[in-house]
Amino acid sequence: MTLSVQVRHRLGNFRLDAAFEAEGGVTALFGRSGSGKTSLVRAIAGLIRPDEGHITLGGDVLFDGKRGVFVPKHRRRFGIVFQEARLFPHLSVRGNLTYGRWFAPRGAVTEELDHVVDLLGIGHLLERRPANLSGGERQRVAIGRALLAAPRLLLMDEPLAALDEERKAEILPYLERLRDETKVPIVYVSHAVHEVARLADRVVMMREGEVEAVGPVSDVLSGPGLATAANRREAGSVLTGVVEAFDPPHRLATVRLQSNRLHVPNAEVGVGKTVRLHIPARDVMLATGRPTGLSALNILEGTIEAIAADGEGMITVRIGCGGDIVHARITALSGERLELAPGKVVFAIIKTVALDLR
Amino acid sequence: MDWLTLSEDEVTAIRLSLLVSSVAVAASLPFGILAALALSRGRFFGKSILNGVVHLPLILPPVVTGFLLLILFGRKGPIGALLDQYFGIVFSFRWTGAALACAVMGFPLLVRSIRLSLDAVDRKLEDAAGTLGANPAWVFLTVTLPLILPGIIAGMILSFAKAMGEFGATITFVSNIPGETQTLSAAIYTFTQVPGGDLGAMRLTIVAIVISMAALLASEFLAHVIGKRVNFE
Repeated sequence: MTLSVQVRHRLGNFRLDAAFEAEGGVTALFGRSGSGKTSLVRAIAGLIRPDEGHITLGGDVLFDGKRGVFVPKHRRRFGIVFQEARLFPHLSVRGNLTYGRWFAPRGAVTEELDHVVDLLGIGHLLERRPANLSGGERQRVAIGRALLAAPRLLLMDEPLAALDEERKAEILPYLERLRDETKVPIVYVSHAVHEVARLADRVVMMREGEVEAVGPVSDVLSGPGLATAANRREAGSVLTGVVEAFDPPHRLATVRLQSNRLHVPNAEVGVGKTVRLHIPARDVMLATGRPTGLSALNILEGTIEAIAADGEGMITVRIGCGGDIVHARITALSGERLELAPGKVVFAIIKTVALDLR
Repeated sequence: MDWLTLSEDEVTAIRLSLLVSSVAVAASLPFGILAALALSRGRFFGKSILNGVVHLPLILPPVVTGFLLLILFGRKGPIGALLDQYFGIVFSFRWTGAALACAVMGFPLLVRSIRLSLDAVDRKLEDAAGTLGANPAWVFLTVTLPLILPGIIAGMILSFAKAMGEFGATITFVSNIPGETQTLSAAIYTFTQVPGGDLGAMRLTIVAIVISMAALLASEFLAHVIGKRVNFE
């Protein structure tokens, strides 16, 4: 099932002019706030009618500006999880979860209530009222509610943005299970690099109402556009690799990348598994000679490919290490002192690596 | 305690008042919800005119409203004649006319209360229901209506109270016929017009106070129960 979107829409001074295609799996719409991600997702859901363009899902035309086709939201069968849970306050959690069932067409493949409840860990909440739930619980119920309406596509509009870090950490594993255990394609809107790196298969990067880049996560999140589109503090590199070995006494996994090996602490995953590594750019130091006597386990040798200044006294250096791309965010002063320039050989000292199972 | 015993005419007046008020509220409720929906959600030409018409009975002297009803809904009136001819419904000098007068007088209160609660409904919840597959009619029945229920009940109680106390428009439109159009208020008025009628007036006054208090307590109780059920996030 291919979701094909091409819309133009004006909202006051803001112009949305975006096109992308998504296959199954998780497609992330990624960009800063105000980049048009939410408007795009609202257009896909049928909550706004775009000025021009078309939206189709696997041959089913949902919107066609030229032919005047606009399928209303209740006939699209796209589940949405909003930033705020939007649970019905007059219904119990069970009532909320089964709401969409009344309207699902006969013969639609519906998930079993028990299975979804289990998947999201909300069995103990069924008889409660939404007002008595925590933010994280509400959001899990909202995800279950969308899932139980037998959606053909699941749209998630920054489902974690309104939650604190602890709640986010509580929900992320459920989202991963959802991705792995259901066959519903997901469009996931986010401005957080680590969420996208952890969940998505493909990324559509948005900037000022337009699509800036589309592609697999590791390509787009390592591309030059990241430093501008994403929250700079979170910018980093995403690398895919295979676990080669695990050293139980030191709890250290060795991950083979294209031409390098990285050691990741406290990551007990099976040997042979494909994993994704996220290296925040601010946690990478640069040296012009191979450093010795350092505690850091991961030091990669590479060549500077590009340097981008952000005008705030910081520079982002892109280093190619035999096919593996690493970004380092350092002060402009350090850059001058080390005389960094494209083509120069440097050593990237990586302080932290986050590992996600794929 | 003999003076407390209600005469047969008085009981008739009380029963008539309760009947007229209940019918007035029940019959005006669907129109009240529709008018509130139009005023809260609708975007059409003449919306402020509709708003004015709905609120008119609140500002006009009741006698004027009663006279207008007499002209429009009387047997010879343009609307009254039609209703008589095609549906056999007669308003003039019947208790149904009293109910119509009470419904019209209570209508602004009913609409206002429902409209305020409609304005307070989070439209995002309705959007969410729509994306779950509910068409607009179902969204209204399963989300909007339960959420505005407290406002509807408050409006019904207000309009019922208004109907119980309605006097001017009723007496102008359908007169003061014992057993047919003589409501509680009209009966009290009649008592005050005859020598020695004070005792009767006092008895009915006590009844009026009891009914009003009961309605008020019932509305408080219902608001409490529903408020508990509809707990907003």
